[in-house]
Amino acid sequence: MAKSKRNATDVIDLYAKQDKIYPRQVHGLFARLRILSVLALLGFYYLAPWFTWNEKQAILLDLPARQFHLFGVTFWPQDFIYLTLLLVICAVGLFLFTAIAGRLWCGYACPQTVWTETFMWIEQFVEGDRNKRMRLDKKQWGAEKILRKTVKHALWISFALFTGYTFVGYFTPIRELWDGILTLSLGPWEWFWIGLYSLATYGNAGHLREQVCLHMCPYARFQSAMFDPDTLIISYDEQRGENRGRRKKSSDYKSQGLGDCIDCKQCVHVCPTGIDIRDGLQYECIACAACVDVCENVMSQMGYPKGLIKYTTEHSELGKPTKFLRARTLLYTTLFVSLISIFIYLVASRTPLDVNVIRDRNNLFTETFSGDIENTYQLKVLNMSQTSNEYTLSLSGVEGASIIGKTRFSLSAGEVLTLPLRVRAPRDKLTRRSNDIFFKINQVGLQQQRHTSKAKFLGPAR
Amino acid sequence: MTEFWNWWVIIIVVINILGCWALLHWTRKIKGAKEGETTGHVYDGIEEYNNPLPRWWLNMFYISLIFSIGYLVLYPGLGNFAGTLSWSQENQHAAEVAQAKKTYQPLFEKYANTPIEELAKIKQATEMGKRIFVNTCFGCHGSDARGNPGYPNLADKDWLWGGSPAQIKQSIVTGRRGAMPPFGSVLSDEQVDGLVQYIGQLSGHTVDEEVAKTGKAVFDAQCFVCHGQDAKGNIALGAPNLTDDIWLYKGTAAEIAKTIRQGRNGEMPAHAERLGEARSHLVTAYVYSLSNQ
Repeated sequence: MAKSKRNATDVIDLYAKQDKIYPRQVHGLFARLRILSVLALLGFYYLAPWFTWNEKQAILLDLPARQFHLFGVTFWPQDFIYLTLLLVICAVGLFLFTAIAGRLWCGYACPQTVWTETFMWIEQFVEGDRNKRMRLDKKQWGAEKILRKTVKHALWISFALFTGYTFVGYFTPIRELWDGILTLSLGPWEWFWIGLYSLATYGNAGHLREQVCLHMCPYARFQSAMFDPDTLIISYDEQRGENRGRRKKSSDYKSQGLGDCIDCKQCVHVCPTGIDIRDGLQYECIACAACVDVCENVMSQMGYPKGLIKYTTEHSELGKPTKFLRARTLLYTTLFVSLISIFIYLVASRTPLDVNVIRDRNNLFTETFSGDIENTYQLKVLNMSQTSNEYTLSLSGVEGASIIGKTRFSLSAGEVLTLPLRVRAPRDKLTRRSNDIFFKINQVGLQQQRHTSKAKFLGPAR
Repeated sequence: MTEFWNWWVIIIVVINILGCWALLHWTRKIKGAKEGETTGHVYDGIEEYNNPLPRWWLNMFYISLIFSIGYLVLYPGLGNFAGTLSWSQENQHAAEVAQAKKTYQPLFEKYANTPIEELAKIKQATEMGKRIFVNTCFGCHGSDARGNPGYPNLADKDWLWGGSPAQIKQSIVTGRRGAMPPFGSVLSDEQVDGLVQYIGQLSGHTVDEEVAKTGKAVFDAQCFVCHGQDAKGNIALGAPNLTDDIWLYKGTAAEIAKTIRQGRNGEMPAHAERLGEARSHLVTAYVYSLSNQ
């Protein structure tokens, strides 16, 4: 941790300026996996708003109209339960992957990691690797430093602005947004959100970096609750590595009482959160495996076996077998799979129709001249699909009940229809004062698309 | 707020802000700890290491204190001080209502000069009229406008006060007041029975013709004044047509007798203030469209 100035009276400041971390670039299997992950995730992020579906933007979250358009399907505020379920699935998925493979999310998929990685590539490209960057920062301000810093920040800001633009493009049609930027004709809120997300990208990926993981991220703090001795962690093999120490490549180090660790500090230099993995498992470790990659390289250069720092489990370290199938993983898997199945079933069987039945309350019921009983209702019918449809209305639940009013109507996409109607039922068929009645709406031509709404039909006491 | 509560609030708010600042300042550093790894704090045998929080974390606290001062200058918070933006819930509500009027009024105004007969054929206009109807009129006339006992059915061709567009609109805008005077003290039970039979006959029900004849004599002497010689009613008085078997207050013999004896009073309240001209026009078009499609 950073050293604050401490004077003779031993006053400790509980807040300190954090030391800047200069991670060395790393090559290896896990670095390649991360690059693939970054390319896939950012590729999706930047390209997805440009896809079209049925001549509309494939993914458009239209907040002012309260409609989410996803690949030809429109989701309404009534569908929020699906989003809730999706978030629950994401959470359980995170639990499952954490229980099996530790902080997989942090190391390869978290936006903080993904964008920081990209920003570090830019930094590396402009300012060079770790040593060059450290030297540049220590240098007096001069032409080279000004030039390199300006270019770096200009590239960062451009990339951040493009990120902010893309983000807003999920909520406002992205092509129109581009035209709006070119003609400077966007509304104040669009400018604000583009600006805010650009600033957040620039600040988080360029400056805050590991500070977000160490001091802001809630997952970093509670993920240990999902860990057990069979969870994959990145660990330094202390038995094999100690005593650490420098030595000549071909020397017989074991006779000098040394272990396999040559104390080159490469694992510390590549660490994006600035820790020493040899101190053991720490909450700062985001499991990016950069130290694994770099140590493999060092070991192979030294001609030592690989795996001084490796993915392992606590049980495996103690020489016990690692159990992948255990109560925790089985429970999470069961939950994960069943929630996904429920989600798929719900979305597949979703009727793009919303019906609200409101019974007129001012008059419990009306008695006709012939002694029949009438109740009056308002049906609010919303067509949640993207096409104009025709519907038929029918009743069940009360014997002999008939509808006085329209029973066939058409609705254009997104239209809400108020359908006032009266239901008449013969008095002698009503067995109770309060009867359940069901309004069924069928889309003409689609027998399976049936929506049923329950309401009450009131009658006199018998 | 009285002067006392004004100062009460101001002092508490100021003490809180200063207190937060003092607390931050007080807990920022610890004295007397030996230079080393731990701060000297021990809780249940757990030692606190000196792992300082980032400086920007502390600065965030100071920034929120400055923010609160800015807020108190701009918005109400310090007792009776209204804030330099003079924001209030009432102002905000009024601004939103004005904004809504600005948005929706042109939609209503668009149809204000279209004749009702034409308007009744425009789907958008009748849908707008319908929405106003189910919000405003459903309480008495029912959502489907088919009425309730005492409140007329607006979807049929029978009108108490006339079914022309102008007459319907007048009913809505200025309201109507219909009165059937009580005849219980004037007519004998036989006469009332006779009238009930006669009226039933007019609507095509099978009745005792002898009794109905006595009723017709009473009708021709008394009731024709309002309901007319032919009993077809008078829209100038809101007197209903008694020959069409449509009943405002139920059509059973007992109910008709009750109407004759006790009289009836019906009131349609005026909606000029509540709806305004443009919206009354749209509701009229909707009501007109129900029986003129």
